[in-house]
Amino acid sequence: MTETADSDMLQKEYWDLSYITGPLVFLKNGGRFPTGAILDLTMDNGQIRQGQVLEATTSHAVVQILQGTQGIDIKGTAVSLRNESARVACSTDVIGRSFSGTGEPIDGLAPIVADEERDIVGEAINPVSRDKPNDFIETGVSVIDGFNTLVRGQKLPVFSGSGLPANELANMIVQQAQVRGDDEEFVVVFGAMGLTAREANYFLNSFEEGGQGSRVVSFINKADDPAIERLFTPRCALTVAEYLAFTKGYQVLVVLTDMTSYCEALRQISSAREEIPGRRGYPGYMYTDLSTIYERAGRIIGQKGSLTQIPILTMPDDDITHPIPDLTGYITEGQIVLGRSLHRQNIFPPVDLLPCLSRLMNNGIGEGKTEEWHRDWSNQLYASYARGRDVRKLMAIVGEDALTEVDKRYLAFTIQFEADMVGQGDTRRTLEETFALGWKLMGLLPKSELTRVDRELVEEKYTETNVEDFS
Amino acid sequence: MAENEGPITGKLVRISGPMIAADDMLGVSMGEIVRVGKMGLMGEVIRIDGETAFAQVYEDTSGMYLGEPVVAQGDPLSVELGPGLLTQTYDGIQRPLHLLKESSGDFIGRGLSADPLDYSKKWTFTPKVTVGQEVSGGDVLGTVPETEHLDHFVMVPPLVSGKIKTIIAAGDYTVNEQIAELEDGTVLTMTHKWPVKRARPFKKKLASTEPFITGQRVLDSFFPIALGGSAIVPGGFGTGKTVVEHQISKYCNAEIIIYVGCGERGNEMADVLDEFPNLTDPKTGGPLMNRTVLVVNTSNMPVAAREASVYTGITLGEYYRDQGYSVAMMADSTSRWAEALREISSRLEEMPGEEGYPTYLSARTAEFYERTGRIACIESEDEGKEQRTGSLTLVGAVSPPGGDFSEPVTQNSMRVSGGFWALDAKLAYSRHYPSVNWNQSFSLYFHDLDPWFREHAPAGWTERRQQGVDMLQKDTELQEIVQLVGPDALQDAERLILEAARMIKEVFLQQNAFSDDDAYSSLDKTHGLLDAVLTFYEECQAALGRDVQLETILGHPIREEVARLRELNSDGFVAKKDAVMEQLKAAMQKLVEDAAA
Repeated sequence: MTETADSDMLQKEYWDLSYITGPLVFLKNGGRFPTGAILDLTMDNGQIRQGQVLEATTSHAVVQILQGTQGIDIKGTAVSLRNESARVACSTDVIGRSFSGTGEPIDGLAPIVADEERDIVGEAINPVSRDKPNDFIETGVSVIDGFNTLVRGQKLPVFSGSGLPANELANMIVQQAQVRGDDEEFVVVFGAMGLTAREANYFLNSFEEGGQGSRVVSFINKADDPAIERLFTPRCALTVAEYLAFTKGYQVLVVLTDMTSYCEALRQISSAREEIPGRRGYPGYMYTDLSTIYERAGRIIGQKGSLTQIPILTMPDDDITHPIPDLTGYITEGQIVLGRSLHRQNIFPPVDLLPCLSRLMNNGIGEGKTEEWHRDWSNQLYASYARGRDVRKLMAIVGEDALTEVDKRYLAFTIQFEADMVGQGDTRRTLEETFALGWKLMGLLPKSELTRVDRELVEEKYTETNVEDFS
Repeated sequence: MAENEGPITGKLVRISGPMIAADDMLGVSMGEIVRVGKMGLMGEVIRIDGETAFAQVYEDTSGMYLGEPVVAQGDPLSVELGPGLLTQTYDGIQRPLHLLKESSGDFIGRGLSADPLDYSKKWTFTPKVTVGQEVSGGDVLGTVPETEHLDHFVMVPPLVSGKIKTIIAAGDYTVNEQIAELEDGTVLTMTHKWPVKRARPFKKKLASTEPFITGQRVLDSFFPIALGGSAIVPGGFGTGKTVVEHQISKYCNAEIIIYVGCGERGNEMADVLDEFPNLTDPKTGGPLMNRTVLVVNTSNMPVAAREASVYTGITLGEYYRDQGYSVAMMADSTSRWAEALREISSRLEEMPGEEGYPTYLSARTAEFYERTGRIACIESEDEGKEQRTGSLTLVGAVSPPGGDFSEPVTQNSMRVSGGFWALDAKLAYSRHYPSVNWNQSFSLYFHDLDPWFREHAPAGWTERRQQGVDMLQKDTELQEIVQLVGPDALQDAERLILEAARMIKEVFLQQNAFSDDDAYSSLDKTHGLLDAVLTFYEECQAALGRDVQLETILGHPIREEVARLRELNSDGFVAKKDAVMEQLKAAMQKLVEDAAA
């Protein structure tokens, strides 16, 4: 948030504090400040903290303190209005700069001269103004391009687990993403919530090494920064991203990590406000709250720019039904899920394909975009892989000998599919290479099993292969 | 404050997210609409405590000060009904989104208002009553061609009756011009308002005898619901609820579609807006949009308006039902509405029920689902006049947290809806769409509809359906054995059942929503495919009984021919299928002869 007008009214101080608990401060008079306003709390020793008014009644106002309430006392702390709402400075000068979780420069350079100051809450895109996202983004990752296509304006999260290489996958996408037949580069807006110093450095160094440093804007709230700031970080990042995309016409890719830390901060505020907790203590309005972040992706009719989101979250205990991944999945347009067993087998990226989905895939593929048969090709491999996984489970119970001949071929296909198609390593693979590998893998199955693909196409593409062909 | 001193005006004393409280509001009634603050945000009174009124606000409340004015509007939340509703895209409180775009740009601002109907457009009105005629609520005053293919019946509003004093001549009029006057001085126009939370009256509910045909094989065959019935579609994320809702609204046999996007994705609505105008209505041949009204309140739009959006939708549906049309309403997703109820309830500090939902959740759900039905419309009774009937069918998506159907919204909706189309994550993972789980789903309408199917559907419909269901049941039992001892332990006859069940799943139950030829399945194709697979099974079973090896049977290329029948368009399906069945019989005959030789 940046400083704005310093009229007398803004400067006026009040000694209104009445009650302090956790991250919250209560003020005696609720009528002084509008809801959503940003306040300055000036302590005895001259230190200043910021707070935001959450709720107001005639008897009191509830203020959440961004930097924590440690050291604040009731007697000596003065409150004054800093800004009527939380805002962030927008300008094309932000590209290449680093900011704190609330939008203050942290790269030692001068503050941004704002073109425009925008409310970080933002407004909803009018649904009739939305343009259908349909530009295929080639990420160079087979499991995404071939099976869960990303398109401009989509929000496609990565569901990770502790210790799984979600950051590496996100970085790979950032480095390689490109719209086919279009050499326009993305501007990357990076919003980090509760990231460890190691992770933050990994991203920043990778952007630097990959030559993206000059087209990245980062908003960083580290693990040891105040938790409440995390509620502001994604909104600051998205406000700047919307400005770049819909006012300045850039293609913007927003990477938000780690949404789990964000949700935990939300829970912390909720419990301090003594709200009725929902599942696992998270507030009942978490769906609504998350949607005001994720829904800020999209394209707008008549506008050149686009805003694509890749939020990353950590599933606590790898549980996809945990409220954080669950609510996220209900809002986003699909999900990329990482799997621990693949990671143990040293397969990179360890994407567990079955629960993955891209809802907008159909808009980005097909004749004139990729291949007419892309959908069928993907469905065939998906269905075969799903069947192969069932066979593998069955084998664990009854032994390989008890399997039928066809089942054995499914088993071989599945092992090879994971090793080659999923486990591409960190090299970029073009869509054509992905397709060719897919056809080759289908050769491991009997021809008559390929019923999802058009018959003429099977005749054209099918060549029987065996496992030795894949070394 | 006395009435002649202007509207009741109080001042804000509390702001808490979407909930506000105002003092000096004595005289305001429950459910009344208020304008909140200097911006004039719209809200609805949900609790009254002495002079203090609590309201839920349909727009974001941040930036307001205590002490700002709150002005009562006198009426509960109402929708405006009349010609021009079709093809519109409204937000939850019936503001046309196109007009909001004109006034505030690509992002929706606050405190906006817009006329629900176009007041300047002239409609061609043809009167159907004469001076001196006694009329009452529901009687048709005249007709207006609302779209190329659909006549809008302008009705006397419910609860109004009298003798016609004047009626306007045929001609072009706007919706607000007087078209008729009653003896008692009541002026009638083409439009009237109706409060959304009050069900529109009807004469009586009729038995449901006709099916709601969706063009989706698994639903039409295994779990059909009736016109005027209701079904819920619960499923975890990614199981394809929205695609099911879209497919039904494209291909179902209702004459009017009300599509309510409640707390869901903006890009999905962009999809609908992009697709529907270019799709053809299978009934009339006109654009699909011409029979559709969209009510859109995406997840990032204000939470209180979600509740309004489902009620707005169902009231619009009832209005067309009252004109004698069959209406289908899609609500995606009702869980978001329940969550909005929970959020407001928690701000009111009400005692929570299960999982934090208010205890009145089940009552509200039941009231809502009971607004569906096939009805005899209200109208004055004349001898020789045929009773007008209409129907309102509801398909509500439910989004259970973690895909767990034991949660309150799924359970409450399940109790009051007649169809349960359970979507299954495991099927979706293997790209089996629509991922309707055949063991969990049910329909309570099957027996009511059976006579209709016997009369209108292809011969053998009911019998083949039952055989299909039985086959899948056997499959479930055999799969349990396979999981324990492996497929080798089964006899050939049993393995054939597994194979046939697999074909039912892959050929019949799966349907490709993105294929032009398979997205819609006519009753002939639906029945034909099931019949083909079952005939295949019977032929194989016969051959197996006559010493042909199972491997030889299953390895025969005819199996693929049967499987690929699915790819055929509904037109001309029957002829092609008959040809393949001939080939099948010949092929099995040959195998039997070879085995004997």
